[in-house]
Amino acid sequence: MPLSKQYWKARAIRYFFMTCAATSVLIVVLVFLFLGKESIPFVAKHGVGELFGEVWQPVSFEDEQFGILPLVTGSILVTLLATILAVPFGVVSAIYIAEMASPVEREIWKPVIELLAGIPSVVLGFFGLVVVAPLVKETFGLTSGLNALTGSILLALMAIPTIISISEDAIRNVPKSYKEASYSLGASKLQTIWKVTVPAALSGIVAAVMLGLGRVVGETMAVMMVTGNAAIITFSPVESVRTMTATVAAEMGEVPFGSDHYHALFVIGVVLLCMTFGLNMIAQKVLKKYRIG
Amino acid sequence: MRSIIRYAAVVVAIGSLAIWLGCGRKSESPAAKASIDIKGSDTMVNLMSALAEAFMKAHPDKQVAVTGGGSGTGIAALINGTTDICASSRSMQEKEIDLAKQKNIQPKEVVIGMDGLAVMVNKSNPVDSLTLEQIKQLFQGTVTDWAAVGGNKGEVLIHSRESNSGTYVYFKEHVLNKGDFATNARLMTSTAALVQEISTNVNAVGYGGEAYGKQGNIKMLHVRKTADAPAVYPTEETVRGGAYPISRPLFLYTNGAATGLTSEFITFCNSAEGQKIVREVGYVPMKG
Repeated sequence: MPLSKQYWKARAIRYFFMTCAATSVLIVVLVFLFLGKESIPFVAKHGVGELFGEVWQPVSFEDEQFGILPLVTGSILVTLLATILAVPFGVVSAIYIAEMASPVEREIWKPVIELLAGIPSVVLGFFGLVVVAPLVKETFGLTSGLNALTGSILLALMAIPTIISISEDAIRNVPKSYKEASYSLGASKLQTIWKVTVPAALSGIVAAVMLGLGRVVGETMAVMMVTGNAAIITFSPVESVRTMTATVAAEMGEVPFGSDHYHALFVIGVVLLCMTFGLNMIAQKVLKKYRIG
Repeated sequence: MRSIIRYAAVVVAIGSLAIWLGCGRKSESPAAKASIDIKGSDTMVNLMSALAEAFMKAHPDKQVAVTGGGSGTGIAALINGTTDICASSRSMQEKEIDLAKQKNIQPKEVVIGMDGLAVMVNKSNPVDSLTLEQIKQLFQGTVTDWAAVGGNKGEVLIHSRESNSGTYVYFKEHVLNKGDFATNARLMTSTAALVQEISTNVNAVGYGGEAYGKQGNIKMLHVRKTADAPAVYPTEETVRGGAYPISRPLFLYTNGAATGLTSEFITFCNSAEGQKIVREVGYVPMKG
């Protein structure tokens, strides 16, 4: 009798956990379905060609235009710049923490870096608006500090904790025997790090970068506050850009329900989801490879 | 097989629990209906909150909840029947009225005040007045240098509100004559951010409610309707009297003629006390 009671208890707990797990899967599926359902009317009405236009002018008395090209290039520009800033910084920091810092130092560094990940993006955005933007403006002698560069600096700050955390794990998981072999061949510490440890942890570092990028592409609030949000196609870091996320966030509030503009915003959502989904897939693939190796 | 049935039973149990809790909450609200919701214009959110506060002070048993989100959000809420009053800084569009009527909502409008839209530049910009035509050229990007409108040489940096703002639509319709903004216009998410940017940037130009033009390092421009018309500075008298060319009414929309608490609140807004609050918040009351 007591055995049976325990059996039922275990069963109940199992089902509870299963329901929780199934819920998140269900939500992902629902999000995909919902985005698809809301974006299809736009494609059906205007065709895919309209989306490749170079002008995003969704509220207009003359001619509403829904070219998402400036938004896509805006997102890509900001993401690339953020990568260029965050990757060297993040990877070098990870190497330091994993290989050179003393255990006491490591205990201090890691939590502080993880604290950086916890800063709400609106706070970071405000910091960007009043501190980073004027600084960028002064430093480069620009007419305005609200541009792609300022946005990417903030995004780099957000990506760095992810990159450091995961890269550091990867570097520390490199088998000790690799390093010992390297030392026994007479290599110095720096030589060992660059020639043995980092290459061995490379797939983990790549995955870390990908996950960091995933966060950067989807970030909204901070970029919306500091990039100036002008929808122009440019590859200059000192021009103002408008990202896909900022567009959806800024325009969703006003848009008349069920209008072309409304459906166009969902199309942007689909494009954005595909981009982050792709990045995460690549990251997971790379991470898996590194775990087996 | 048996495990599937058990699993289904668990799901049904949890589901019905959730529905039961949901219903339990819903059935409470109609009983306590001494409250109304106001949703809409971000421009008006300060004003509506101040009015709601004063109203609740006078009637402690009544609740008035105010949320912003933009005029469009408020109008959508009115159409969907999720708000009692919609505050809007633009009049409802033809499309929106049609959509409302399809859903059996009859929008009725009341004006509770006026807002003058100021064209703002940095204090150190030597330009003092512009014609409506010049303002249009600046914001559409056909004039790109301040020297062309009597200022110092320098590239004009256009600052606009986001397209979710009633101010944006109003400016586009009435100043740009329904034309589009230059594509390189920087779209700011709030008037506060716009003011912040203009006060640090000599070549910036932007627009916003007249109440915002009195802070920071900001100068409001005199506006001429035509080249030979007098240059008018945005003040309470010029906005109400219509001498200042860029001004707009602030609307409240209800579904049909207001009744009960909704009507009581609207009457309060247009009372002497309500109009005093309109002025205190920085708008122009309907009666001087």
